[in-house]
Amino acid sequence: MTFRKFAAASTVSLLALGSTAQAQTQIDWWHAMGGELGEKTEALATAFNAAQSEFVVVPSYRGTYTETMTGAIAAFRAGEQPDIVQVFEVGTGTMMAAEGAIVPVYQLMADAGADFDPNAFLPAVVGYYTDPEGRMLSMPFNSSTPIMYYNKNLFAAAGLDPEQPPRTWAEVEAFSRQIMSSGTAECGFTTGWVSWVQLENFSAWHNQQIGTLENGFGGLETELTFNGPVQVRHWENLARWQQEGVFQYGGPGGGADAPPMFYSQTCGMYMNSSASRAGVLNNTPDFEVGIGMLPYYDDVAGAPQNSIIGGATLWVLAGGSADEQRGVAAFFNFLSSPEVQAQWHQDTGYLPITQAAYELSEAQGYYSANPGADTSIMQMTLNAPTPNSKGLRFGNYVQIRGVIDEEFQRLLAGDVDAQGALDAVVARGNALIREFEAAN
Amino acid sequence: MVENQRWLDIFAHVILILGVATVAFPVYIAVIASTHTSAAFMSGTIPLLPSTHAPASYGDVLAGGVAAQMSVPISLMLFNSMIMALLIATGKIVISIISAFAIVYFRFPFRVLAFWLIFITLMLPVEVRIVPTFAVIADLGMLNSYAGLTVPLMASATATFLFRQVFLTIPDEMMEAARIDGAGPMKFFRDILLPLSQTNIAALFVILFIYGWNQYLWPLLITTDSGYYTIVAGIKRMADVVESEPLWNYIMAVTVLAMLPPVAVVIFMQRLFVKGLVDSEK
Amino acid sequence: MQTKRTIFGNKGLPYLLLAPQLAITAIFFLWPAGQAVRQSFLREDAFGLSTTFVGLRNYRALFDNPEYLDALQVTVIFSIATVILSLSIALIMALAVDRMLRSAGTYTTLLIWPYAVAPAVAGILWWFIFNPAIGILPFVLEQTLGYDWNHNLTGRDAMILVIIAAVWKQISYNFLFFLAGLQSIPTSLREAAAIDGAGPFKRFWTITLPLLSPTTFFLLVVNVVFTLFDTFAIIDATTGGGPAQATNILVYKVYDDGFVGLNLGSSAAQSVILMMIVMVLTFIQFRYVERKVTY
Repeated sequence: MTFRKFAAASTVSLLALGSTAQAQTQIDWWHAMGGELGEKTEALATAFNAAQSEFVVVPSYRGTYTETMTGAIAAFRAGEQPDIVQVFEVGTGTMMAAEGAIVPVYQLMADAGADFDPNAFLPAVVGYYTDPEGRMLSMPFNSSTPIMYYNKNLFAAAGLDPEQPPRTWAEVEAFSRQIMSSGTAECGFTTGWVSWVQLENFSAWHNQQIGTLENGFGGLETELTFNGPVQVRHWENLARWQQEGVFQYGGPGGGADAPPMFYSQTCGMYMNSSASRAGVLNNTPDFEVGIGMLPYYDDVAGAPQNSIIGGATLWVLAGGSADEQRGVAAFFNFLSSPEVQAQWHQDTGYLPITQAAYELSEAQGYYSANPGADTSIMQMTLNAPTPNSKGLRFGNYVQIRGVIDEEFQRLLAGDVDAQGALDAVVARGNALIREFEAAN
Repeated sequence: MVENQRWLDIFAHVILILGVATVAFPVYIAVIASTHTSAAFMSGTIPLLPSTHAPASYGDVLAGGVAAQMSVPISLMLFNSMIMALLIATGKIVISIISAFAIVYFRFPFRVLAFWLIFITLMLPVEVRIVPTFAVIADLGMLNSYAGLTVPLMASATATFLFRQVFLTIPDEMMEAARIDGAGPMKFFRDILLPLSQTNIAALFVILFIYGWNQYLWPLLITTDSGYYTIVAGIKRMADVVESEPLWNYIMAVTVLAMLPPVAVVIFMQRLFVKGLVDSEK
Repeated sequence: MQTKRTIFGNKGLPYLLLAPQLAITAIFFLWPAGQAVRQSFLREDAFGLSTTFVGLRNYRALFDNPEYLDALQVTVIFSIATVILSLSIALIMALAVDRMLRSAGTYTTLLIWPYAVAPAVAGILWWFIFNPAIGILPFVLEQTLGYDWNHNLTGRDAMILVIIAAVWKQISYNFLFFLAGLQSIPTSLREAAAIDGAGPFKRFWTITLPLLSPTTFFLLVVNVVFTLFDTFAIIDATTGGGPAQATNILVYKVYDDGFVGLNLGSSAAQSVILMMIVMVLTFIQFRYVERKVTY
């Protein structure tokens, strides 16, 4: 029961007056892209609207990812949901479980009779958003993967080869110490998104399990398992490196303090989303930036495997008319066309979602003109994904990310050791997953 | 003074000067920061002496020249804040004064119930009922509108009680005289009560203006369209940059602009402000 | 309830006059509060597709949850520290200003303006000053005491940061009421004590402080309410409840669990608990107000 029913009687007549007969079917699209990305996002809708006359896509910016998702859910409960909503990857579990509230993309496309080839998409991208049968649930929109940025000038000044990024964590440590001891910078490396980069991607990159049942893809009864020896060893190292100044912590969540440390040349290396590439280049006019893949421990069997993505996808909410659904299908086809995808990929730094868009960008000479722009794609597609490296899907994962940050902070503050921190993440995270299972 | 104690006076002055300095310190730092360029914050510590870039900082934020950090010019946020503060202050006063009039000058069934219903609003700060209230606003389609920003904040038990106190002190003879003259209730309200409550209204307006201007959580939640951002809520979105360096000179310039109107009100209308504060908490 | 001896006789008009206030109260206060109470007995997924009545389970889960008990403890520490500090500093300032003859007005103006600064803005100001990388105070602490300030990592530092911001914000309000209280104490009382040979400190303890107790009590309640609810903005603009929940006060947790975590049942149960706390505080405050008004 919502307030709507309470107030419906009085407002419904007004609404009816407002919506006079429209020739075009309107499709509401809520997104979370502000600033420049927002402009590029809205430009996509404008282009689609200009390309055909049957549908009008109306984009509207709804704040941060969390605000957009919460707002869409509140609207759904009130029966006023948009047709399309952009949801970040950690909300996937919540959206997927909401059968009846969402229309899976494969079903939408089938119902609309749209020409749709799921094999055209890059498996490493769409794999994250498919059900256990491999059917696509939501439309990848802006996906990225973490990579390593490094300061070539600092490398040269410290006597390192500026064209050679570190490949292994042993090299990261050695390079860091050389940078520090030569006095060129006070810290070796920093990172954004500790949970995404140093735990989730770290696990996938080393082919280590994140959770049971294929990292949660297999069902709600999943349990977190990323407190294994490889992850513990890495967190132990991070805590020790933080003590010694090799690593500097950039804060919880996205790690707001991390980019300034790299930009101001306090740290020589920096791990963050491949979509940050444009921002990194803009903010570092004083030195040359090199790009490398994430480092790995070379004594771990199976490493490096492949990295996983982050970012957001477009979910279709149930309740729209058949016409609206046909419109959404047409819009999704437009979005995944090679030209639109290639343009979006090159403008924003997000990954292309189809093989064709990647090949088109290559043919257009984008990667040779922008060295490092394809590192992310190569890293993601380095090996065929295993059950451990396909992605992850857990309910309440937004909160679990918060738990990971908290326990990492406890570790750095010396309140707990690495094993204890990861054990606590697993215990608290599993409680949240059980809660989610019970509610769904 | 009870007796003359020189050392105690000096001590009091020292304490006060320390107190005034402590109170002013953060604002001093903010003003100084806003006169520098972003580059001044890249390394080292916050500067303590002013520089010459104030016109650039303030000009840029007011005109919206800092595209990466905010999608709308600060002048628009200032305008929204002004609208919000004025609407809330006016709305609260209008709604409260007529409620108080009804409660004091009429006797009707459910009068006590109405009084308690108003009273209960005191017990439900927006922070504790935030999730369900958001749902109501979403249901009513009031997200991203001035109505959504202001109407839900307009109910006010304190203002109603204040006017009730004021009306109770107005001698009954005035109303009897008005009745003998054949004045109806609304005429009495307009010609007698309103003029007599003028100072109270002005004093309350000052307090409510500050209250409205300083709202944070509410506008943060229900405005997702940047065209409706208010300045106090907007700062948070500005400081929340993940992908780039916080531009401290701009953030501090916006902070100073966000403080200026309400602080000016307190300083220039100090007498009304003090009266409003003491009245409304009595 | 006090009323007028004579009244107007209209039947419909009073309802019309009360309508806007009551409508807003019903729609934006009572209805959401009722929803919160209802929701607190349910377990629901975010979309409201499946709803189960779980009785008091959400409440029981809260009190079994160490994080909630932590938040409770954090709230108590934060409230007590903020209230004691802001009241005592304000009282010292008010006593000092009360001694002044010519400069009292100037000092008052210079001390009261932070009232007008939004809590969020107060938070941002102190957050900037304490920024571990470029802030002035961490630099001074490092240089003088060798203390490595980092509120992103050390819970105690974060707590000190939010307490300072909250105290700074609240001093002006308390100062004004203390000053008004002091000025209403008859000079004759203090003079009589002085003639009896009581020094300034003795006079403060035996005369001033007892006579200020109604003001102090009133401020105590108002300040507790302030630290419980209005400090939301300070927390959100600075620490976001971190690090590791060290500054996650109850009201912030309601928002975080409900809005960010979409755990509606638990968030609603927390809302209800907070509502009960405010009710008790408001009741105490109102009793006091009524007494003061009637004599």
